[in-house]
Amino acid sequence: MNEKKLRSQSGHNRTVNIVIYVILILMSIIWLFPFVGLVLQSFRSYATEYGGMVAYFIPKEFSLDNYTWLFGAESSFPKWYLNTLIIAIFVAILNTVMIVGVAYALSRGRFKGREAMMQLWLILGMFPGFLTMICLYFLLKQFGLTQAGAIPGLILVTVASSGMGYYVCKGYFDTIPKALDEAARIDGASSARIMMTIIMPLTKPIIIYTALTAFMAPWCDYVFASYVAFGYSDSYNVAVALTRWVWTNDYQGYYTRFCAGGVLVAIPVTILFMCLQKYYVEGVTGGAVKG
Amino acid sequence: MNEKKGLSSSISRGFTRFGRNIAEIGTTFKEGDWTAKLSFVIMGFGQLVHRQILRGVLFLALEILFIYYMVSFGAGYLVKLPTLGTVESYVDKSGIVPITVYGDNSFLILLYGILTIFVIIAFIFVWRMNVAQQMRIRKTLEAGKALPTGRQDLKSLLNERFHITLLTLPNVGVFVFVILPIIFMICIAFTNYDADHQSPTNLFWWVGLENFKNLFSVGSSGFGYTFLTVLAWTLVWAFFATFLNFFLGLGVAMMINRKGIHLKKLWRTILVMTIAVPQFVSLLYMYKMFANDGLVNTYLLQWGIIKTYIPFWSNAMYSRVLIILINVWIGVPYMMLMTTGILMNIPEDLYESARIDGANGWQMFRKITLPYMFFVLGPYLLTSFTGNLNNFNVIYLLTQGNPTSMNLSGGAGYTDLLITWLYKLTVNDTNYRMAAVIGIMVFAVTAIISLVVYRILPSVRDEEGFQ
Repeated sequence: MNEKKLRSQSGHNRTVNIVIYVILILMSIIWLFPFVGLVLQSFRSYATEYGGMVAYFIPKEFSLDNYTWLFGAESSFPKWYLNTLIIAIFVAILNTVMIVGVAYALSRGRFKGREAMMQLWLILGMFPGFLTMICLYFLLKQFGLTQAGAIPGLILVTVASSGMGYYVCKGYFDTIPKALDEAARIDGASSARIMMTIIMPLTKPIIIYTALTAFMAPWCDYVFASYVAFGYSDSYNVAVALTRWVWTNDYQGYYTRFCAGGVLVAIPVTILFMCLQKYYVEGVTGGAVKG
Repeated sequence: MNEKKGLSSSISRGFTRFGRNIAEIGTTFKEGDWTAKLSFVIMGFGQLVHRQILRGVLFLALEILFIYYMVSFGAGYLVKLPTLGTVESYVDKSGIVPITVYGDNSFLILLYGILTIFVIIAFIFVWRMNVAQQMRIRKTLEAGKALPTGRQDLKSLLNERFHITLLTLPNVGVFVFVILPIIFMICIAFTNYDADHQSPTNLFWWVGLENFKNLFSVGSSGFGYTFLTVLAWTLVWAFFATFLNFFLGLGVAMMINRKGIHLKKLWRTILVMTIAVPQFVSLLYMYKMFANDGLVNTYLLQWGIIKTYIPFWSNAMYSRVLIILINVWIGVPYMMLMTTGILMNIPEDLYESARIDGANGWQMFRKITLPYMFFVLGPYLLTSFTGNLNNFNVIYLLTQGNPTSMNLSGGAGYTDLLITWLYKLTVNDTNYRMAAVIGIMVFAVTAIISLVVYRILPSVRDEEGFQ
């Protein structure tokens, strides 16, 4: 009797598991479909099948036409790619320095105006970023940091306000026991030393998370990047340039070229992300749990 | 009720502090020696006399800088701030070649006027600090102690005052690139800065609440109907983008976490790929996939399921639903990651005892998993909701707010969020006055929702709930 019930239970379990497997496989297909499509289209032969949109999924002829074109004399793709890479590297380094500094000061320091500053920044964060776009554009223009100078301009604007994103990092710093600081202080270490030699090594995951998210953001930055470059195509980043291809130039057959460019953008970012995934998950979940 | 009390008490506290400050300044002046008294006018004098060279020089330099700034630059703009300039630009046609003679630039007057006000406030602050130091010098000397030297001051910046070292640069950055522009744009909402009043060729001026009236006026020229349509869709969108993703993500996480399901890591990695690939690539590909001549339509036509293509992006209803679905594709992996971590944290014995009491799977989900999730993820869901109110990329890269309609004013479309509408008003229409008003509205909506929801969050109401 008992055994029968157990067996029916396990039979029930097996059907549920099979259903779940089916769902997971279907989901994997849906989630991977755009990427597979992107890669396939990027290898479509430009010479025989042209570069527009076509009514079939798998190209009739595979070739590297689109990739060779991207690196040929006609296209500025390498320039755009380099622009984005420069922005991403600078932003990753400088943002992390700013955020870690702010997070440490707010987590460990107890000074006059601390609460007021945190509240003010919280309120400022509720204003939509694009509200200030024209004003920022004007400020940058005063320093010659638009159009031809858009790259340093973008870095400056991103880094300048990056301190406001300290929340996740501070939450993590708060979990490091204060007894550690106090022990070091008794040994005569200064605040700066405590931060560099005790807190930072212990919070490596969150520092990597901060740098990783900062590095990834510029690859998607369309809005402000296009506004600051203002039609000066040498200052585009990949997002702006490729978006323009898709929106305005499809009739000239830029679709497969967009796909090839997209693949080239996605590969390094994806590899980096997958390598550091562990830290990313820790940052995302840790930040949520600690608010 | 509580809030009001808090506000009035903090206002009265502010006044008391202000009074105390004035009194302290008075006693410092009365009881101080001649060096302290002279320091009221020449900042840093007292410090210099008492051999605090570094501090003295700094204060003196700040005072000189301030005076130079005001005389050469600030005062001129400050005077024009109430009118935003009166001298019109005109074209001088007396010569052979017409020359444009520029008058006042309202944009600059507003921006630098605000800056000057801040500089004055900052200077008063520094001056107050300088006065307080005179008092401290006297007290330290009376107690027979030595004054801190410049070297000690510098050293303290790495120790007791380390926060100043760390926070100065971020605060300057936030001031120049966030606070100043925000206040500038708030002021723009009360002016008529738009396509017809572009500086430097034309002046713009203060118009009071006219723009706000325009936003709420329902009529052929007013923005009222459009604003309500866009606001409603923004809220609907944010609701679905947050909660649909949350429940689906939770479902996926539970499926993968289930005992007896293999290859857990593989399923997770496949989903997480979507986070890694830059959004503009995947979104633009999706946009093309559902275009009229895109992959989906052509295959459906080939298979004979439909006769003519489905206008995914030109029908308001279709595009709204599609955007929400595509956002599921984007958002579920994040939620899956979040909820996976939390699912593993739920104590197993909670389920164990529920099972002994004869609870079935659904009951356990409703009574244990869901409350636990909401408890832990409450703050995150709130930030993700407000984040979705301003989720520019998904909307703009997919539809750019289209389809537009004659029924909507200001170039808005049926999938526009407030934030994309703001962007379009700024970039396409150069209608800065209305863009500024909408920006303020976005802030109001975000702030109200945050305040209200924050108060009813279980983790805020009852911190010990699950501990």
